[in-house]
Amino acid sequence: MISVTGREMPLGQWVLGRLRLDGVLLVLIGVLLLVGLAVLFSASGESMIALERQTMRIGLGVAAMVLVAQIPVRTLRSLAPWLFLAGIALLLAVMVAGEIGKGARRWLDLGFMRFQPSEIMKLAVPMMVAWYLSTRNDRPRFRDLLITVPMILVPVFLIMRQPDLGTAMLVGAAGFLVIFLAGLSWRWFVGLGLAAAAAIPALWLQMHDYQRQRVLTLFNPESDPLGAGYHIIQSKIAIGSGGLYGKGWLNGTQSHLDFLPERSTDFIFAVYAEEFGFIGVALMLLLYFAIVARGLWISALAQDRFARLLGGSLALTFAVYMVVNIAMVTGLLPVVGVPLPLVSYGGTSLVTLMVAFGILMSIASQQRLVNR
Amino acid sequence: MAGRDDYGQEQQDQQRFVVRILLALVLLAAVLLLIGWRLSGLQVGAHTHFTTLSENNRLRVEPIAPSRGVIRDRNGQLLAGNRASYQLEVTVEQAGNLDELLERLHDFVELSEADIERFRRGVRQRRPFQPVLLKSGLDDTTVARIAVSRHELPGVEIEARPMRFYPLGDKLSHVVGYVGRINEQDLARVDPRAYAGSSHIGKIGVERYYEDLLHGRPGYRQVEVNAQGRVIRELSVTPPEAGTDITLTIDADLQRAAYRSLAGREGAIVALDPNNGEVLALVSAPGFDPEMFVRGISQADFSDLQSDPSRPLFNRALTGQYPPGSTIKPLVGLAALDEEITTADRKMFARGYFQIPGHERRYRDWRREGHGWVDMSRAIAVSSDVYFYDLAHTMGIDRMVPMLGAFGIGQRVGIDSTGERAGILPSRDWKRATHDQVWFPGETLITAIGQGYMLSTPLQMADFTATLAGRGQRIQPRLLQSMDNDNGEFERLLPQPREPVQTAPEHWDTIHESLIEAVHERHGTAWGSIGSRPPTDYRIAGKTGTSQVFGLAQDEEYDEDELPRHLWDHALFVGYAPADDPQIAVAVLVEHGGSGGRVAAPIAREVMDAFLKDDAGMTLDVGEDQ
Repeated sequence: MISVTGREMPLGQWVLGRLRLDGVLLVLIGVLLLVGLAVLFSASGESMIALERQTMRIGLGVAAMVLVAQIPVRTLRSLAPWLFLAGIALLLAVMVAGEIGKGARRWLDLGFMRFQPSEIMKLAVPMMVAWYLSTRNDRPRFRDLLITVPMILVPVFLIMRQPDLGTAMLVGAAGFLVIFLAGLSWRWFVGLGLAAAAAIPALWLQMHDYQRQRVLTLFNPESDPLGAGYHIIQSKIAIGSGGLYGKGWLNGTQSHLDFLPERSTDFIFAVYAEEFGFIGVALMLLLYFAIVARGLWISALAQDRFARLLGGSLALTFAVYMVVNIAMVTGLLPVVGVPLPLVSYGGTSLVTLMVAFGILMSIASQQRLVNR
Repeated sequence: MAGRDDYGQEQQDQQRFVVRILLALVLLAAVLLLIGWRLSGLQVGAHTHFTTLSENNRLRVEPIAPSRGVIRDRNGQLLAGNRASYQLEVTVEQAGNLDELLERLHDFVELSEADIERFRRGVRQRRPFQPVLLKSGLDDTTVARIAVSRHELPGVEIEARPMRFYPLGDKLSHVVGYVGRINEQDLARVDPRAYAGSSHIGKIGVERYYEDLLHGRPGYRQVEVNAQGRVIRELSVTPPEAGTDITLTIDADLQRAAYRSLAGREGAIVALDPNNGEVLALVSAPGFDPEMFVRGISQADFSDLQSDPSRPLFNRALTGQYPPGSTIKPLVGLAALDEEITTADRKMFARGYFQIPGHERRYRDWRREGHGWVDMSRAIAVSSDVYFYDLAHTMGIDRMVPMLGAFGIGQRVGIDSTGERAGILPSRDWKRATHDQVWFPGETLITAIGQGYMLSTPLQMADFTATLAGRGQRIQPRLLQSMDNDNGEFERLLPQPREPVQTAPEHWDTIHESLIEAVHERHGTAWGSIGSRPPTDYRIAGKTGTSQVFGLAQDEEYDEDELPRHLWDHALFVGYAPADDPQIAVAVLVEHGGSGGRVAAPIAREVMDAFLKDDAGMTLDVGEDQ
């Protein structure tokens, strides 16, 4: 125990408080990251190099989270429009001067580092929409939609053109979740839903051939077992053969014998399911649920509308992230390039997610400060 | 800070927010339950199904070819064995651009169109990481040159594989036959699983006939493979069961001697042991190099063999059908005695021709001046045609046919090899069935001297000679003498008797003596070539024959000097020795050889000498012929 300004508290709590970090969220995220490292080690064929690189990325992510947690919510709010505009500008820059990787134009080379501006939009879009709606006093009305919907769809379309369907979807989800949490009338949601349904044919025409193929393959993966359906078939075999208890860590044959494609990135969940079985999978779903619930709890206690909407949106986007990935790996949704949050190998999305948790922690600290 | 209204607004806003959050949480829980339900379906419900699929992904069963049984002769000499042969194989996954690779390989090894075509077919049919054969039978120099340059040739491997080889080569090619690459037709007649790991299969001869015995049973190894099909580790092995080693009745030394005795002429020699039906030698000359077929014969080489006028691919001993000529006379004589058409002592005056009473046509004797007074024995010894014309005319075809049939004319001998033909035993029924014509009396006459419609294979001739030697006892001729059983002992096959030819013992004596007379008496047809310089330690019983390739007109003379070679008569000799205790029965056919007495008889003598001197361990003062 330590005594600070006359009040007794455990040392850990004191440190967390000073660093403006949320203990519960920190522990949950920590567990998930460690599980992720263990699965990655197996999925990468027990590669120490992959493990080291991922650990470095996690370190970078944690640093970013702690850093962002220090920024007061007020500052975040005032930064929102500028961040959004900068993001749009960078997306346009990518269209003109982006680096091409794996057939898509997503990367921007800044000379000292390469990054995906679309990642910024995962934060900038909900921040922008939350900023706008926090300037309005009542629940969103039609004219608010006229402003917020383009705010969301412009970056979404820019990202889709890269093309990056997964990120576009997540950015869109983050934006619309803000509107949803702001209390948009149900009538509008029904209307938006119908509009979205009407947009599907238009969307279809906008899609690249490989994206259409993915959608078609979802409905009948066996039609093309060695081509587009191969991912899903092998993924289902990996998951199904895991059974109740799994084949054991490092014993997954589907992954270790290379049958499972993209096994350390988008399909890492199948590796986990093969090695840890249904019980392991159920525990992981619970862990994700707990993280989302904690994020929503923090948001519910937030002191202003901007923090509330932003926090809620970030927590739920995290849920969408996870649900889309798992649904895709289990063959419930088409294969869109969405990694399993905090577990898949790769740096960009990990850092973005950690920044989002930094924002949530900042919100949590704001609430603690006010309570004190 | 905000005023009271604002505060109320704020509270209302927060409440609305909490409601929405709870709604989102419920929705998320529902979605997670849906995913959990989906996962339990995959991991619990369909677990067995996916486990099977996963194992199918992971495990592969690879066949291991059994080693083929070897073939030996009766004295243990190797006739067909296996030896390592170096072959060039390419693992396509590692080779990069195939066209470039083939181009580079041209500097090291000669690649024929056939090689490349087979390789490309193999590339299409292979499994991932399975090496594909490009060229087999590499010589040491090529192997060394490629080995040195391996770094320039990615994916190229030199493998030592067992390859069939035949030490006797062309001398035994028609008996042992050969193995060749398995093709579609082969796969249709065998169980493809048994050949999954094998590249070759018996195509003709003993190799084909005893394929099931020689092949063995494949083994299997279960391996774990990765998604590229590369073997990661071996999980279990069921070793293959080697094929059975077999021993043939063939005497390789005799076979060689017999082949040599033909001295490059086209013909066939069949030697049997009349006591047990064992085939001691079975020659069809010329032969061919059977290893060409093992390696994979090129189209050009194959056409050369096929268009060769000496027809090396044609198995004269089993597939060749020839008029048996005068060699059939002992059988006709026996039929006449058995049917009591005549007696051994009855004499007739044999002129230079025979006429059916009331007919103009003259059936000429091979000897213009005739043979004078002859009885049965002398008629056979001098080979009087007229005597047999007369006999046949009296007997008629219907009483002649049963005896000839009893000796096996017109029926397959049933030798354990491939390609055997039945020959023709003409009869009234046969002629009606095949020509839709009635039988003419004149046809009976020429049938009695082995001409006309009658056809017989050299094997059949040796078989009926063995029957004569055995006084009617007929043992099934056979090439397989014994096979290696599981204990490493050789299981010897017992002689298989067939329906014997039955007639009075004195008839056998008559024929037997006539055959000795033909060889050892001054007037005998084989006197000049054998009897005048007989073997010192045994006597030979035999019959010459000269079978006409084309029919002469009434007033024409046969003159070798004026005829093209391919119209010359076939020279024949059948006989057995020692005459008193037959150990070997021989049939010799020399295609377009001319006179049986002059050409075929000495060859038969050489074969008998080679066998009896060697077999009895007596090398007497008669020197080796070679």
